[in-house]
Amino acid sequence: MSLLWHRRLHSRYHELAPHLVPMDYTNDPDCKLPLALIVNMPELNENPFRNRIVESFSEDGMGNLSFNEFVDMFSVLSEMAPRELKAIYAFKIYDFNVDNYLCKEDLVKTLNRLTKEELTPEEVVLVCEKAIEEADLDGDNKLSYADFENMITRAPDFLSTFHIRI
Amino acid sequence: MEALKEQVEEKKKLIATLRNKPWRMKRRLVLLKEAQEFVEKFEGALGKGKGRKLYAYKVMMAKKLIKFKRDFENFKTACIPWERKIKDVESHFGSSVASYFIFLRWMYGLNMVLFGLMFGLVVLPEILMGLPYGSIPRKTVPREEQETAMDFTVLNDFGGYIKYSFLFYGYFNNDRRIGLLQFRLPLSYLLVGVGIFGYSLMVVIRTMARNANEGGDGAEEGEFTFSWKMFTSWDYLIGNPETADNKYASITTSFKESIVDEQENQKDENIHLRRFLRVLANVLITCSLGGSGYLIYFVVKRSQDFAKMEKENLSWLEKNEVEFVMSLLGLVCPPLFETIAELEDYHPRIALKWQLGRIFALFLGNLYTFLFALFDEVNEQLETEKSIKNATDWAFEQYYTNYSSHYNTTDVPPLNVHPADVIRGPCWEDAVGIGFVKLIVSDMQVTYLTILIGDFARAVIVRFLNYCWCWDLEAGFPSYGEFDISGNVLGLIFNQGMIWMGAFYAPGLVGLNVLRLLSSMYYQCWAVMCCNVPHERVFKASRSNNFYMGLLLLVLFLSLLPVIYTIMTVSPSFDCGPFSGQGKMYDVIMETIEQDLPPFLANIFTYATNPGLILPAVLLMVLAIYYLNAVSKGYQNANLDLRKKMKMARDEEKNRRNNKDSTNEVMKDLEDLLPNKSLIPPPVEEEPPPDVIVDKGAKSPKIKPGAAARGVNLQKDVSLAAPNPRAPVTRAPGPRRGPPGNARGPQPGRGRGRGGHPSR
Repeated sequence: MSLLWHRRLHSRYHELAPHLVPMDYTNDPDCKLPLALIVNMPELNENPFRNRIVESFSEDGMGNLSFNEFVDMFSVLSEMAPRELKAIYAFKIYDFNVDNYLCKEDLVKTLNRLTKEELTPEEVVLVCEKAIEEADLDGDNKLSYADFENMITRAPDFLSTFHIRI
Repeated sequence: MEALKEQVEEKKKLIATLRNKPWRMKRRLVLLKEAQEFVEKFEGALGKGKGRKLYAYKVMMAKKLIKFKRDFENFKTACIPWERKIKDVESHFGSSVASYFIFLRWMYGLNMVLFGLMFGLVVLPEILMGLPYGSIPRKTVPREEQETAMDFTVLNDFGGYIKYSFLFYGYFNNDRRIGLLQFRLPLSYLLVGVGIFGYSLMVVIRTMARNANEGGDGAEEGEFTFSWKMFTSWDYLIGNPETADNKYASITTSFKESIVDEQENQKDENIHLRRFLRVLANVLITCSLGGSGYLIYFVVKRSQDFAKMEKENLSWLEKNEVEFVMSLLGLVCPPLFETIAELEDYHPRIALKWQLGRIFALFLGNLYTFLFALFDEVNEQLETEKSIKNATDWAFEQYYTNYSSHYNTTDVPPLNVHPADVIRGPCWEDAVGIGFVKLIVSDMQVTYLTILIGDFARAVIVRFLNYCWCWDLEAGFPSYGEFDISGNVLGLIFNQGMIWMGAFYAPGLVGLNVLRLLSSMYYQCWAVMCCNVPHERVFKASRSNNFYMGLLLLVLFLSLLPVIYTIMTVSPSFDCGPFSGQGKMYDVIMETIEQDLPPFLANIFTYATNPGLILPAVLLMVLAIYYLNAVSKGYQNANLDLRKKMKMARDEEKNRRNNKDSTNEVMKDLEDLLPNKSLIPPPVEEEPPPDVIVDKGAKSPKIKPGAAARGVNLQKDVSLAAPNPRAPVTRAPGPRRGPPGNARGPQPGRGRGRGGHPSR
């Protein structure tokens, strides 16, 4: 995107580990920052899904981000990214067991993170069952990407809430 | 050359739309660099160097404009007062409690405007350009009252210096024009008095219209409630731990609200028992309403008798009996109604509406009884006034004849009496104004005291006595209080009604109300956060606030009636206020038309007020209302039709994905008519799209430029992971065990027959 934004991201990335990250990227170095450093950024620190976010953008699935992946993450989460791209990554983030479906366990984990486990177990079960009932189109009791995308693209708040400003 | 130009244009377009493409960052960067190099190389050849700078400049200006607009919007939002307070309340108590505070804030805005109007156009001119205190009788405290004029008891009853100040009607002089600017004060007073109603009406109706427009947008209201709540409620922008805590609380509350809604839909009922209980509850409540009406009537009659007795013989209770009884009823009846309403077992939102309706009936009865009492007093005072007026005229006659007979001259100097000694008539408008001000102040005191004792003291007792009490005070009786939404909203609406009624007779009342609302906001916000607990059953406020607005509109009309009645029918006092000396208050307008405006306008007004013209105008308006009503019904029907069509389209889509037969009867019949499909062979097995996602996840995101072609394919499939929904899917997507055998056979053929090849 814009060069200024790119440079700002680089300086943020560098700040996270000044001794690890080189200032000069012309030689395309291969350094990766671990998950623990990245989730401590103030933009991500309060997010209940911060670990999943970073893991979804990392190549190895463990949360170690190279600079390009770092840029990718913030560009998808910026307000400039198109809806389809955001939907793809939202699906990956909420898919805790990485099986390409949002099954009941994924939904239960999501809900517990959102409410800090304030709901009773019966309420949790009710909510997850209702959510699957609403969005599941092919009747397999879990949400595939198609189901998820169909549901999320109609949501009025999706673009405004799935947004991080850096 | 042309081809080159085209290519450059294409690359430029690519650069502009690059960020909208759902590609990986790397790919985008690579393509961007390529395109930019290409454009640079060949644009120079085309000699468009300068044009590019202009283009860049234009783009930068556009970006700055967008940023400025966004900042301005942010600034406007930041200017809205108490936004954070209300959000705090909302995240802890739910949207219905917060809606009360939003309503309070809206009222505050309305009252600020009314205050500006009243103060700027009526009070300020009189203070700045009119005669000062003490110069004329109406502006001076009469001699008899001067010793007690500063006593606290007198001031508390709004007598003494307060009565003879700009806060009340009686202070204003009736000079047609005052000051340097020749400001027409009486005309301005009348127009502002009526204009307050006009402005309030306009604002209420505009808000109602705006609320009514917040309808749905295609997706039905309940279609994806839980899914959306789960996946779109967390705001990723939150970086502050306190905000995050609030957000967790509000998300939990929101889920609980939806769960309550859902459970209501799933309850089964025993209809007959419920109906009987509801009828019983309504009977009980009608009885209590009747009882309270009679009580007020009885007390008002007694107060009229008391008024005839000497003031010193009455105790405080007997003097203030009417206000006391009204406040008491206002305190006792709503909880009584709520207890009886538990028999009815409605959904909380509907129960709230019933409660509001009942309390509304109660307050209405109270208010109008109070008004009738006041008008009785007014009539009495008018009688007294007549006799005083006769007395003053007679005294003046006496002085005149004495003087002329004594000095034997007809040139009599005017009677030189100190303003404090002049005989004063009872200023009935002042009495009415004082009545309203006292009512508002006593209402405010009762409300604040109730909150202090009923909520704060209760919370303190429950909290600290709990350590040494036999049963658990917090869980059982009395526990902490819940915020009474209906009582507070109605209190707000009725107080506003009283302000509207009283503003004409006491210009200071609007200022008093602004102060009252301001202090109310802070006090109640504090009380709610400190002493209340969230309702046991949390429910969402209904989407449109038009119910409250409708009540407010009704109260506005009801408060308009007495004011218009007095302007048109009752004659103003002869010695106080801006209309003194006129036959009726609206004579000021007639005078202005005759004397100040050009003569042809006077003719126009005479014609306009002719009944022959007014009746057809009324008829025309009735016809217009009928027509607009019919048009709006037509639009509503069209809207419903469109929604039905969209629902049908979505169901068809759903059915196609599920590989089920169309449930639409028409489609079924059509299918039967199509030629035999079993002759068409089933489609070839194709790679299902979700596998692509799996591959993509495992594959490294680093795509070398050389491999762009292959990368493109993968990317394309990812972004279109769900096949184009418009084409029929003949096979359920997803690697699963496989659809049931019997469904397999005829389906593919059917799909074929229906639409043709799938778009893969």
